[in-house]
This record gives sequence, structure tokens and C-alpha cells, in this order.
Amino acid sequence: MELTGAQILLESLGREGVDVLFGFPGGAVIDIYHQFPNYPNLKHVLVRHEQGAIHMADGYARATGKVGVCLVTSGPGATNAVTGIATAYMDSIPVVIITGQVPTPLIGNDAFQEVDIVGITRPCTKHNYLVKDVTKLARTIKEAFYLAQSGRPGPVLIDLPKDIQQQRAAFSYPKKVSMRGYNPHYEPNVKQVRKVAELICKAKNPVLYAGGGVISSSASKELTKLAQAHNIPVTATLMGLGCFPGDDPRWLGMLGMHGTFAANHAISSADLLLAVGARFDDRVTGKLSAFASKATIVHIDIDPTSIQKNVSVDVPVVADCRLFLEALNKELAEVVKSGAPCAPKDAWFEQITAWKKKHPLTYKPAAKDGPIKPQAVVEAIHKLTKGDCIIATEVGQNQMWAAQFFNYTKPRTLLTSGGLGTMGYGFPAAIGAQAAFPEKLVIDVAGDGSIQMCIQELATAVAYNLPVKIVILNNGYLGMVRQWQELFYDRNYCNTCLDVAPDFVKLAEAYGADGFRVKKAEDMEATLKAAFASPKPCIVDVLVDPEENVYPMVPAGKSITEMILV
Amino acid sequence: MRHILSILVENEPGVLSRVSGLFSGRGFNIETLNVAPTLEDGVSIMTITTVGDEQIIEQIIKQLRKLVTVIKVVDLTEVKNVEREMMLLKVSAEDGKRAEILRIVDVFRCKVVDVGFDELTIEITGTQDKLSALINLMQRFGIKEIARTGAVAMRRSMQ
Repeated sequence: MELTGAQILLESLGREGVDVLFGFPGGAVIDIYHQFPNYPNLKHVLVRHEQGAIHMADGYARATGKVGVCLVTSGPGATNAVTGIATAYMDSIPVVIITGQVPTPLIGNDAFQEVDIVGITRPCTKHNYLVKDVTKLARTIKEAFYLAQSGRPGPVLIDLPKDIQQQRAAFSYPKKVSMRGYNPHYEPNVKQVRKVAELICKAKNPVLYAGGGVISSSASKELTKLAQAHNIPVTATLMGLGCFPGDDPRWLGMLGMHGTFAANHAISSADLLLAVGARFDDRVTGKLSAFASKATIVHIDIDPTSIQKNVSVDVPVVADCRLFLEALNKELAEVVKSGAPCAPKDAWFEQITAWKKKHPLTYKPAAKDGPIKPQAVVEAIHKLTKGDCIIATEVGQNQMWAAQFFNYTKPRTLLTSGGLGTMGYGFPAAIGAQAAFPEKLVIDVAGDGSIQMCIQELATAVAYNLPVKIVILNNGYLGMVRQWQELFYDRNYCNTCLDVAPDFVKLAEAYGADGFRVKKAEDMEATLKAAFASPKPCIVDVLVDPEENVYPMVPAGKSITEMILV
Repeated sequence: MRHILSILVENEPGVLSRVSGLFSGRGFNIETLNVAPTLEDGVSIMTITTVGDEQIIEQIIKQLRKLVTVIKVVDLTEVKNVEREMMLLKVSAEDGKRAEILRIVDVFRCKVVDVGFDELTIEITGTQDKLSALINLMQRFGIKEIARTGAVAMRRSMQ
């Protein structure tokens, strides 16, 4: 059976189990769009800006664990997606991006809407392709999906010229692909498992430091089992939140620049640090020489380049986090059965409890009739939803408060741009998650700055009836930059004041969504409740304390125990 | 320390920029780079010499291995190896200088591959040290142009 390139693409997406993709048409992809009516099982969500499409595909991927798919046209369509591609790359999110390209005879001629997107995205994709032969298209798509979700996941881009979309070829979809240059290593080494088990038994002050890799390898259960069975306190990076129940007494909270006092001190006093699927990012470690300086460091990661990159570790382990933890749990169970003695940890937990008591995560409560505290808004969301929702965040103060004051208990419930820190990410990501889970409550915790970066997607949310709730912590500032200016730049609030802002309530209504405003603390819960109950997308514009800061805070370049506290 | 990396790659468009982009994007240095096809269809070999401490070299090798179009990476510095580079060198050779230049060519066991009225082009193969020595000696006659291949290297049979 001969099919056109466009048909081969859509057939192949079907074989990969894709049920929804996010895109925006243009001259170089009309042939693909022309075929959509023939593929009714493939739902296409028409966005209003290509950045929205890629973030939606990313949010879909984070919430489901499946590959997100995004389709854009050549030139500006492709470049508009680049920020979102880099966002997915930094956070290792499996996304496949299809970009249209000018016809092959025109490539390199500066044709209309031509850009070398393969060249542009080479450093921010796991791999990318320019398809020049329609007979290789099906195999390329298979490879792209395989690469995106295997090993350390990441975005893969396929650039598809218009004439290739039109040419015909026999279609057969490969069942398996293998690439001689790509063989991710999953299986743990038995000797290393034994070694780590011995270290755990000996350790008096162990800490588990979990990252996004625990979530992407579905290792949460094994990690929780390890921590609970052997009584090991757990901290997580922003990307790791949700991989360990936040209501467990072993939970220390997030670590790093805005981490908890207990987590940062536990890291600094630990004699054994088990880093699982984390990459020792500068926002986590602060001053490198002081990070976990007393600890034997075990680093488990699927990606060999993550290991020994920032921190010199004692036991490097290249393996899939879930498989390694499974093997480790089995090994430790044997050790316990054999009756081998393990170091007691009572003193360690006493110390941790003392840290937690001394400086819990907190904030100065609002003065009577004073402005609402943004942290209280996040707490109210947690209280009203009982934690049963998906939270997306924008970037900045809103992101940190959403990380600190919401008790995540399940993986894939926090969607946030951790590595790249992309403002404008949260709302489209929430739409992507809502498209995957129409029945779930999906909330974007936003700032008044970030939300304006992809606000146009309100039209998409309304058009497809994806009732995402945007809660704006509206402080009238680009808050995180303002906080840095206040603390480190002589309060020189240069270009961070957003005193001219749209009326977000009217804006929501103009798009056909519901708009709410909260000015007084006593109205907050009722208004949030009404918004959450609405069948429509909503904006809740909460006017919060303009100069509230995110604490604790470790100034850049300082050791993580040198914290500015409330 | 200087390292010689031998890298087998898929011979397809963009592979060179993937490799060179990896170096530039992460602030690693390329001293020399040589690419040519191998006996196997569709596979090329790249020889890169680079300088860095152990941690940087380890990171470079891992990052190279991570590229999908890279098939194999070997650090030849870790084994006994034979390393050669070729250079073409054009030197001023007016009457009166020529005999001296030819004597040096003889001593270095290199050869003259092109002759002009007042210049000679010399082909030399050897280690980088040998090439540098020739450049040093020729400088006083006036070097007009040089072209070097960059190092190529192989593991020695007897380790």
C-alpha cells in the first residue's frame, strides 16, 4: 500500500499510540493538516502560539509519562517552539516535535519561512532528523519515539520537508529499531548493589536525595519502600517533588536555594548521601565544596554524563533508578534476614526533628486587614483539594511557593520548568495535562508576570473545554527578580514593577472563561472553591502582599546552610 | 594533558557539527580534528586531539558517547599508540638558500612535492614534535603557507 509522507506520519503516530497532539498549521504542513479528517482517532488541539503547543505536549508527557507530540510549521513556527524544546530538554521530558520544512530543492536558498531548525535545535534536543527520503520516514518516526522515551528521556525533532509529505512510498511500520550508536544501560551491577547495601547498613546519618529521574523511571514506590524499610530521611529536588509522600515523617522537604532548614542541614551533616536520578544542579548544591562534604556519595543515574559532572562521587552507578532500587531493596531484605547489624538511627532522627522544629517552613502571617500572603493561597489550594489535583507552575516566586507550601504525595502531580526556568510554561503545560485527564482538577499557580507570557492559550482552553484553573498570585511585580534586587541590589527595583496590568477578570471573560478576584483573605477559600467547581477554565486573580519574599533563601554561591530565614 | 580520541561516527550530514558543537557548547577545546571514511560503508573515523584534566576528558568522552550518531569512542592516550600528522609547507627558496633547504629536507626524510622559481613545497609526515621542529628550522627562510591534516592515530598491535 503506497501512502503519501503526510499519511505515513499520521499512520505512524497512530501506531505509537498517540491520541492527541498539539499544533498550529502553516504553509509547510498543510499536507499533514489536509489528512487529519481521515484520522479521527488522532485529536488535534489547535493552539494560539507555537510555544503553547510545545509546552502542552510537555505537560501532557509529564502528567502521563507518555510521549507528548507537537506539530508546527517551518520557519517562525519552528523557532517559536524552541524555548519549549529547550525546556523539555533541560528536564528530560519525552516529546516528539514535527516541524514542516520548505521543499527539499529549496533548502539552503533562504526560501520563504525557511530556517535551519535542525541546526538550531541540535544542542537542545536529544536527537533530531531532517527527512530527505520518504522511504525512510516511518523508520525515522519509530526511532524518534524510541529515543524520546528510552534511556534518559528527552525531546526529539523531525524536520519534514513539504515535498516529502507529498511523495508516496510503501508503508510498513517497523516493530523494533536498533541503533548501533545508542544503547542505554539499564541493568544494575550486582557488585555495586551489594556495596550500596553495605554502605546503607553502616551509615548513621544517611540521606536520600531524589530527583526527577525517580519520577521518569517510575521508581517512587521502590524509593518509598527503601526509605521506610530502612528508616532513611528523604529530600527531593524541585523536579523530584511527589516522588516521596510529603506526609511521611521521613520527609525533609525540598533542598537547595529555597529548600528547608532541615533538608539542607541534613545534607551537610550526612555521612551517606544517596543521590537518585538527580544531577547536583547549582540551585541544589550552592557552594559545591561545602555540599555534603562529610558524606560518602552514591550517585545513581541512567545518564553517565550526569555522574562526576559537578560533584566527585564515591560510588558512581549507571543504571535505571527503578531497577537499581528494586535490586537494592532485595539485597537489603537479605541482609536484614541474615541478622547483620545495622547502625541505629535514633540520634539522627532526633537531630532532624530538632531542625524541623527550630525552623519549619513558615511565613509571617498577614496583618489584620493586611494583604493576603501568597503562601496562604497555596495552602488554601492544598486544603480545598486535599492534594488531589495536578499543579502546574509558572516560574519565579509563584513556583517556589507552590513547591514549598503544597504537600505533594504522588509522582506526576507537579509540572514545573525546573532546569530552564521558563516563564509562560505553567498554563499551557496545565492544558496539556488537562487534555490527558479531562476529569482531574488541574491548577496553574501563576504570577502576574509569567501568566502574560502565554495568556493567549486561554482561547485554546475555552475552545476545547479544558477547564484549567489559573490562580494568579498577583503582587504587581516580577517578584523573584524584585526579591533579588531588594536583597542584593540595593532595592533598585529597575523594570520589575508591573503597575500597568490588564484586568485579569475581564480578560478571562473576554476569552469566554470565568474570572474571579480575591482582595480579602476571608473571601479566598469561597472564591477558590467556586472556581474549582466551575465547568469552565477560570482565572482567580488573588491580590497578594507585593513585597513578600521566598524564604528560606541561600544566596547564590553560598553554602546551603548559610540560609536567610523568615 | 593532551588526549587523542578516536571516534567512529555514522557518516551522515550534521555529524561533524554535532561533535564540534558539543565541544564549543560546553567550553571544551579542539586542538586538531581529522575526519575521513573507513572501510565500512557509511562509517567515518574522526581523530580529535584535545587538552584537559582527567575530569574534563572523562566528561568529553561521556558526552561523545551520548551522541546517537557516535558509534564508538576510544581514548588512544590510554594505550600504546602510533600517531602521525602530515603537513604541506611552502617556503621561500631563492637561489643561495635552496641547497640548505634541500639538505634539511634530506635530514628530516621528507620530500619536495612542488617547485617554483623562488619557493618549494615540502611534504612531511611525523609526530607533532617532528612537524614543529621542521617549522622552526624553516622559519628563517620565510614560511609562506602551511596546511596540516591534524593528528591521526591507531592503537599499536603490541601493547
